[in-house]
Amino acid sequence: MRLDLSHIQRWIDPGSRVLDLGCGDGVFLESLRDQRQVRGTGLEIDREYITAAIARGINVVEQNMDESLANFPDHSFDTVVLALALQAVNYPDRVLEEMLRIGREGIVTFPNFGHWRCRLMLGIGGHMPISKLMPYTWYNTPNIHFCTVKDFEELCQEKGIRILARDVVGNTRPTPLLSNKWPNLFATTAIYRITR
Amino acid sequence: MGIVTPQTARFDEPLKLVCGRELPSYELVYETYGTLNKQHSNAVLICHALSGNHHAAGFHGPEDKKAGWWDECIGPGKPIDTDRFFVVSLNNLGGCHGSTGPSSINPATGKTWGPDFPPMRTTDWVHSQARLADLLEIDCWAAVIGGSLGGMQAMRWSLEFPERIQHCIVIAAALKLSAQNLAFNEVARQAIEADPEFVGGGYQDSNTIPAQGLALARMIGHITYLSDDAMANKFGRDLRSGSLNRGETADAEFQVQSYLRHQGSQFSSNFDANTYILMTRALDYFDLALEYDGNAVEAFKQSQSSFFVVSFSTDWRFSPQRSREIVNALIEADRPVSYAEIEANEGHDAFLLPIPRYLDVFHAYMLRVGASD
Repeated sequence: MRLDLSHIQRWIDPGSRVLDLGCGDGVFLESLRDQRQVRGTGLEIDREYITAAIARGINVVEQNMDESLANFPDHSFDTVVLALALQAVNYPDRVLEEMLRIGREGIVTFPNFGHWRCRLMLGIGGHMPISKLMPYTWYNTPNIHFCTVKDFEELCQEKGIRILARDVVGNTRPTPLLSNKWPNLFATTAIYRITR
Repeated sequence: MGIVTPQTARFDEPLKLVCGRELPSYELVYETYGTLNKQHSNAVLICHALSGNHHAAGFHGPEDKKAGWWDECIGPGKPIDTDRFFVVSLNNLGGCHGSTGPSSINPATGKTWGPDFPPMRTTDWVHSQARLADLLEIDCWAAVIGGSLGGMQAMRWSLEFPERIQHCIVIAAALKLSAQNLAFNEVARQAIEADPEFVGGGYQDSNTIPAQGLALARMIGHITYLSDDAMANKFGRDLRSGSLNRGETADAEFQVQSYLRHQGSQFSSNFDANTYILMTRALDYFDLALEYDGNAVEAFKQSQSSFFVVSFSTDWRFSPQRSREIVNALIEADRPVSYAEIEANEGHDAFLLPIPRYLDVFHAYMLRVGASD
């Protein structure tokens, strides 16, 4: 399983209700169901992913979260997860608001554009960064709203969103010291647990 | 699926109908495919649509060229896999393919029922299907599955007998008909009733057949089953005969005209006009939430099933939006639901066709059906 997903498992209570926005092939919800008896629902627009997730026994609704999430009632889930999808939506701020309307808590993971490699590629190389996590060229990418750790935390403050916990995935393992101390510089993926 | 043989079940216990009348006794003709397991836990019920019948898969004999109406989806290795499931498919009450209906004899009069046959609601069908389940010793269906009007029966099952249905699969259906849907059905009925051979529904007594009216009704229906694109691709403006040249005095005939006429005349030789009227009324009267103050969320709270809802992009009879209404009510009612919206050019008819993504995702969902046994 992707690192950001294995990191956030521990923030999800056993037996709780989880909505996974952009659930992919459903591997995360499957693991939550099998390990933590979670009742999950996934949202997805990719056809192959939908079939794969349904084959895993996951409940998946074909729906574009960018268009609307209004069909999900207030507080109908314990946790709403948005994993590596914030940068791909048209209105990240609206999606965040919706997450915390639908769920008690939200978990967001995103590629940190403030990572030193990104800065080097852009600042010294003069090119838009391309990495393992973001392998696309600037003109052909689903990722349209990049942000940094700093940017995200500022947005949360502006929106009155409380950050309950922050975690990072860096490439400084096995000593994640640097990415924990200076996440904006060393985190490749930022992970947040948020609430109202 | 190979060769299949219909069976007939007789029920002598009166069936109380939603309309207040009751059927003293009745017969249901049905087919089964696959084998019922020891625990009787792998049974799947297929509910048919407006003009469907019990013959959903396989052939009726070595000479039979036309497979059952849902042969694309039922059979070994197909989404409704007969190597895993025991599939039951029946002709609904009021039908004209062997189950008791308007063309059957009314035991009280010794004559055909004709237009006096009581009106049917999906609820009546569900209750008659439950009797068939009792007879086959099926306490709980692994799944009840239907497209269009069949999907409406599946949803009704989940409310009438929540403990008897594990999975409810609703394809190209709706919570109720729109005004446009009602309008098309009314035009179809008017076409039949305006045919002098209909004789107020008593055509069997007068030895006439309202073939013209029935054909016209079918032509109207058929247009609503196809999308604009599907018609354009299939026929375009191609001519079957004549020409549009200057100086041409004879009528030209477009391919689509001859296709519709063919569909109409085929149908009118195989279908009963009173049944058609009865089926369209059952469709019109269907409103899942009617008895729940019009609140579909409250309705679905009665159910205990998991749901799989499918729609098709160019279906304008029961559009994706109608399916999303079902899905949204299920989400609000906190019922487990999966939903797929299939890109397809074929309109409403798509639910009968071998569209790869449709078959794949249907197959994927069926993996969980009966999986715990």
